[in-house]
Amino acid sequence: MSSIHPDQVTAERLAGLRSGANVPGADVNTGLGDGTLVEDPAVESPLVLGRRSFKDVTNIVCGYAENPAPLWWWLAFIPAASIAGLGTLMILYLIVTGVGVWGLNNQVDWAWDITNFVFWIGIGHAGTLISAILCLLKQKWRTAVNRSAEAMTIFAVVCAGIFPGIHVGRVWFAWFLFPIPNYNWIWPNFRSPLLWDVFAVSTYATVSLLFWYMGMIPDLATLRDRADLRLRQGTSKPLALAMPGGKALVFPLVKPDMIRAYVYGLLSLGWRFSSRHWHRYEAAYLILAGISTPLVLSVHSIVSFDFATSVLPGWHTTIFPPYFVAGAVFGGFAMVLFLLIPLRELLPNFKDLLTLRHLENMAKILLLTGMMVGFAYATEFFIAWYGANEFEWAVFINNRVNPAEAPYAWAYWTMIFCNVISPQVFWVRALRQNPAVIWVVAGFVTVGMWFERFVIIVTSLHRAWLPGEWGMFWPTWVDILTFVGSCGIFMTLFLLFVKFLPTFALAELKAVMPQADPHPDHHDEGETKRNPGEAF
Amino acid sequence: MASRLSEMKGMIGDYLPGLPRSAPRFVTEDGTRVFGVIATFSTTPAVVHAAELVRDAGYRKWDLNSPFPIHDIENSMGFRKTQLPYHVFGAAMFGVLLAAALQWFTNHFDYQTGEGFGYIVQGKPTSAWEAYVPIMFELGVLHAAFAALFGMLMLNGLPRWNHPLFSSESFLRTSDDRFVIGIEANDPSFDPEATKRLLEEAGAETVELIEEDA
Repeated sequence: MSSIHPDQVTAERLAGLRSGANVPGADVNTGLGDGTLVEDPAVESPLVLGRRSFKDVTNIVCGYAENPAPLWWWLAFIPAASIAGLGTLMILYLIVTGVGVWGLNNQVDWAWDITNFVFWIGIGHAGTLISAILCLLKQKWRTAVNRSAEAMTIFAVVCAGIFPGIHVGRVWFAWFLFPIPNYNWIWPNFRSPLLWDVFAVSTYATVSLLFWYMGMIPDLATLRDRADLRLRQGTSKPLALAMPGGKALVFPLVKPDMIRAYVYGLLSLGWRFSSRHWHRYEAAYLILAGISTPLVLSVHSIVSFDFATSVLPGWHTTIFPPYFVAGAVFGGFAMVLFLLIPLRELLPNFKDLLTLRHLENMAKILLLTGMMVGFAYATEFFIAWYGANEFEWAVFINNRVNPAEAPYAWAYWTMIFCNVISPQVFWVRALRQNPAVIWVVAGFVTVGMWFERFVIIVTSLHRAWLPGEWGMFWPTWVDILTFVGSCGIFMTLFLLFVKFLPTFALAELKAVMPQADPHPDHHDEGETKRNPGEAF
Repeated sequence: MASRLSEMKGMIGDYLPGLPRSAPRFVTEDGTRVFGVIATFSTTPAVVHAAELVRDAGYRKWDLNSPFPIHDIENSMGFRKTQLPYHVFGAAMFGVLLAAALQWFTNHFDYQTGEGFGYIVQGKPTSAWEAYVPIMFELGVLHAAFAALFGMLMLNGLPRWNHPLFSSESFLRTSDDRFVIGIEANDPSFDPEATKRLLEEAGAETVELIEEDA
C-alpha cells in the first residue's frame, strides 16, 4: 500500500529522517530544522510532520478544545479578561462623560482613536489574505495558519469597530451613519469616503465572519461527532472540578460532552460530510475567496481615502491606497506570527502542524511587505520634495523627520526602525528560520505599524497652515487604557477561540496530507519533475 | 437548466420531511423502513475506486461521505457541477443595483423632488455616479457572500436536525478518518442482496443496514 506521497519520501530522505522513524525530530539533520526546510525546489516539503495519520490530526486538534484548559491558559486568560473589562469601563466612562476625557483638542481632532481603528483593521487583513489570496494561489501551506488567522481577523475587526463608534462623541446618534429616514430631513452623504468606510468595514466584518464560520462547519461537526460517540459508547467522563488538596469534585450526572454535542451540533447545522455537499462547499469556498480578495483590497483603500481625499498636507497623496494595503498585510502577518509562535511552544504537537517552513514562508512575506512599506515611505518623501509644495515638504521635514524641529521625530524614527530596518534580518537564512528571531521582529513590526498610523494622523494634523494653529497631542490615561483595553479584548477572544473552537482547519489539513490523494501512484510522471533544470 | 431544476427539487424535499411519503420499498423484519446500506473504507484510493464501481453500476441515490473533500470526486461519482455560482452572481448583481438605487434615490432624486430633503453639501453634482461605485461594489460583495454561504446550505438541504445515517456509530467516524459509501433504498436499482454484494466486492471493510426511525 503506497499511501505515502513520493515527495514526502524524498523530503524525509533529504532531511535525514529514516522511514519508520515515528518519533518526530529523532533523527533530524540539523541543517534542515524539523525536516521541512528543504532547499531543493523540486521537493515539496511535508505539510504535516511525524507521519501523522488522519486520526492523529483529529486527535491533536480536537484535543485542544476537549481537554481541560492548561495552567498557562488560565494565567493568560485571567489578566487578558481583566484588561478587557478595564477597557470596557474606559469606554463607558467616555460615553457617560464625553470625548473630552481623551487628549483630543481643536488642532488634533483625530489621534489615538483613529490610530487604533486603522491599526486593528489592518491587523485583520492578514487573515483574509491567508484565507483568500493564498487559497486562490493554491498555496497549500496556508492550511496550517488560516483558521487562527481568520479568527484573528474577526477579533481585530471587533476591536477596530469600537473606535469609530465611540469617537463620534454622542454614540446614541451613531445610527445617523445609516440611510434611515429621520426627522432631520437629511440623508447621509454618499459622496463622502467616511460613509464608504461605514459600508466597507461593515461588509468586511460580515464577509469575514461568514467565511470563518463556513470554514468551521465541518470541524465543528467533527467535535460534535466525537462527543456523540463518547456518549453512545459510555466513555464520556462526568464533570470534575479540580479542588485544592488534589481531590476533584465530581458531578456524576453532568457530562461536558452533552453540552458539546448540543452546542457543536447546533453550530454545525447537521453537516454530514457528504461528497455532494463538499462539492458545493468547495464551490462556495472558492467564490468567497474570490470575492474576499478584491474586498480586502477595497477596504483598506477606502480607509486610506478617509485621509487621501482631504486637502491636508501629509494626507493628500495618491499613494495611500496601495501603501495602506501593503502595510495592513505587513502588520497582520506580524500579528499572526506574534501569536502563533508562543502557541506553537505551549500546545502539544502544534509543531507537527505548524512547521518551520510555514514560519519561514511568513517571515519571507514579512520581508517582502516590509520592503514595500519602506518603498512607500521613500516614494512619499520623494514626491513631497519633487512636488515642490512647501507645505507638504514642511510636514515631512519639520513635523516628522528632523529631530531638531519635529516634536514627534521619535515616533517617525521608531516607525522606520521597526518597519523598515528590523525585517532586514530575514535576508539571513538562519535568522528567518529561527522562531525566536521571527517572534522578536514580529513584535517590533506590530509596534512599528501602530506608530505608522500615529505618524500619519497626528504629525500631519498637529501643525496646520498658520503657526498660530500649532498644537500638540498627548494621550490621557483614558486614551492609554482604552487602547490597552482593546488589546485585552482581542487577547480574551483569541484565548477563548483557542480553547473552544477548532484551531486548525481540520478538513483542509487532511485534504493536503499525502494520504488524501485518490491516485497516489500517478505522481511519478508529473509532479516530482517540476524542477525546470530536469526538463532539459 | 435540467440539472439546476433537479438540484432545486432535491432541496425542497430536504426541507419538507413532513410531506406524505410513498410506502417503503424495503422494511426490516419488525417493520421499520430501510434507509439503505452503508459500506466503510479506510483509505482514499479504495473509496474512490469503489465509488467508480457504484457509479458504473447505475445507482443514482447514493452518496460518499469523507472527512475532507476528495479531489475530482464529481467525476468519480458522476454527478454534475453545482449551479451555485449562477445563484451567487445573481445575488451580487442584485446588491449592485440595490446600492445604485439607494444612492441615486437618497442623494439625487429625493433632493430634487422631496419636500424637506433640500440640503446639498459640498456643492457637488447630485447625480455624479462615480462616487456611488465603492458602495455598489461593497453591497455586491455582501450579497454574494450571503448567497454563497446560505445558497450552499440550502442546496445541501442544511441545516437539518437529524439524518438516518447518524444512527450508525461507524458512520460517525467519517468525521475522523473513515470513508462511507451509502446507497439509499429509494434508488430503483437498490436490491438488499445485490447492493451489499457490490459494495463487498468493491473492497468495503464493513457493510451495514441503516433503518429509519419513522
